[in-house]
Amino acid sequence: MEEVKVIGFWASPYVYRVTWALKLKGVEYEYQEEDVFNKSDLLLQYNPVHKKVPVFVHGGKLIAESIVILEYIDETWPQNPLLPTDPHARAMARFWTKFGDDKKPEFLGFLGRTGEEQMEAVKSAQECLKILEEHGLEEKKFFDGDKIGMTDLSLGWIAFYFEAMEEAAGVQVLEATSFPRLHAWIRNFKEVQVVKENHPDQARLLAYFKWLREMYVKPATIWAEFGAAYKLLCF
Amino acid sequence: MEEVRVIGFWASPYVYRVIWALNLKGVKYEYQEEDIFNKSDLLLQYNPVHKKVPVFVHGGKVIAESSIILEYIEDTWPQNPLLPTEPHARAMARFWTKFRDDKKPNIYGFFQRAGEEQIKAAKEAQECLKILEEHGPEEKKFFDGDKIGMTDLSLGWLAFWFEGMEEAAGIQVLEATSFPRLHTWIRNFKEVQVIKENHPNQARLLVYFKWLREMYTKPATT
Repeated sequence: MEEVKVIGFWASPYVYRVTWALKLKGVEYEYQEEDVFNKSDLLLQYNPVHKKVPVFVHGGKLIAESIVILEYIDETWPQNPLLPTDPHARAMARFWTKFGDDKKPEFLGFLGRTGEEQMEAVKSAQECLKILEEHGLEEKKFFDGDKIGMTDLSLGWIAFYFEAMEEAAGVQVLEATSFPRLHAWIRNFKEVQVVKENHPDQARLLAYFKWLREMYVKPATIWAEFGAAYKLLCF
Repeated sequence: MEEVRVIGFWASPYVYRVIWALNLKGVKYEYQEEDIFNKSDLLLQYNPVHKKVPVFVHGGKVIAESSIILEYIEDTWPQNPLLPTEPHARAMARFWTKFRDDKKPNIYGFFQRAGEEQIKAAKEAQECLKILEEHGPEEKKFFDGDKIGMTDLSLGWLAFWFEGMEEAAGIQVLEATSFPRLHTWIRNFKEVQVIKENHPNQARLLVYFKWLREMYTKPATT
């Protein structure tokens, strides 16, 4: 059987997208942890363009960029599909996946800011969450319908990371009363067997975000540095 | 036959990706021009999330985001495929499409800046273009092989827009000696019949870029 390997970092939600996809499809793989603060020659060789995780290796062929990897996984192992068959429904899944990724700076800005700037960043995050709540999720159990799919895996970081980020940053963003659908989705998502058995340790994640936040709000840090650190941390 | 409509803006390379794709597949469509500086209620209704063009309408269903529209077109009209059949090759096509879109701020920066900042931005653009150059077609004619595909359509902006931006910004970025593969690719791309017959008017584009640049570099403009 051909080698299937995931090169990842324990705190990366992009890596979890890939490992969740493989587990949902029952694909055996080897996992290799990478220290993103001290990148190995292997990572730089495997992903010279972006120098980030996840990197996916299948039978000697390499793929980087988590969404590109998810599309590859879905095409290579068609059981338990991540995308629906109807072209328009596929387009919608890809649209919301892209939305979640394109809006990352808006979603996460509150983690690295303080005072007035942080409050503005919280509002910005809430606007994006509102769009997900009202247009993305609507009345469905999951973004992708009755079963989880690509969109749910891509937005899965909201279920596990957001709370820890809010706590580390000392703000509430995703309030249950303002976002009842998203809260229901989080509960349903966490109940999915594969997700229940595979997710980052919450306590460790909280410690990580507290440390990250300290780095970001140091007086010498400016937004450009935050951006650079943000990219370095592949989050 | 179901309605196929593209809502676009004449100067948008993202819109042209969609137009090129439909033309390559021989799909008839209606084109509706949108004034993006004075957005219509229709656009805001069709694309409430991003409020941008292109918007694609097929049988009453609406799709936004050009790379997603291309995937939809490919799923719906499989003739003259934009993506190869082999999964890894498909992944590579998607990877480079994403690279170009993610690096847009880095590549466009020189157009919006002046002086020292512009020189820095030009260098940044060249770093990204160097990556494309290194992975660019060597034995193949196009990024996607012997025929154009999704990657080529996504990079089409290099063929028609980049030169206008350089001229308007008064700086050379994509020099022929430093980027021979990209220059060869541009020549080959422009020779493809569908591309030859469907591209923005260069003179009009230059006027547009000169006007845009003026807006970007006004003292009060941030």
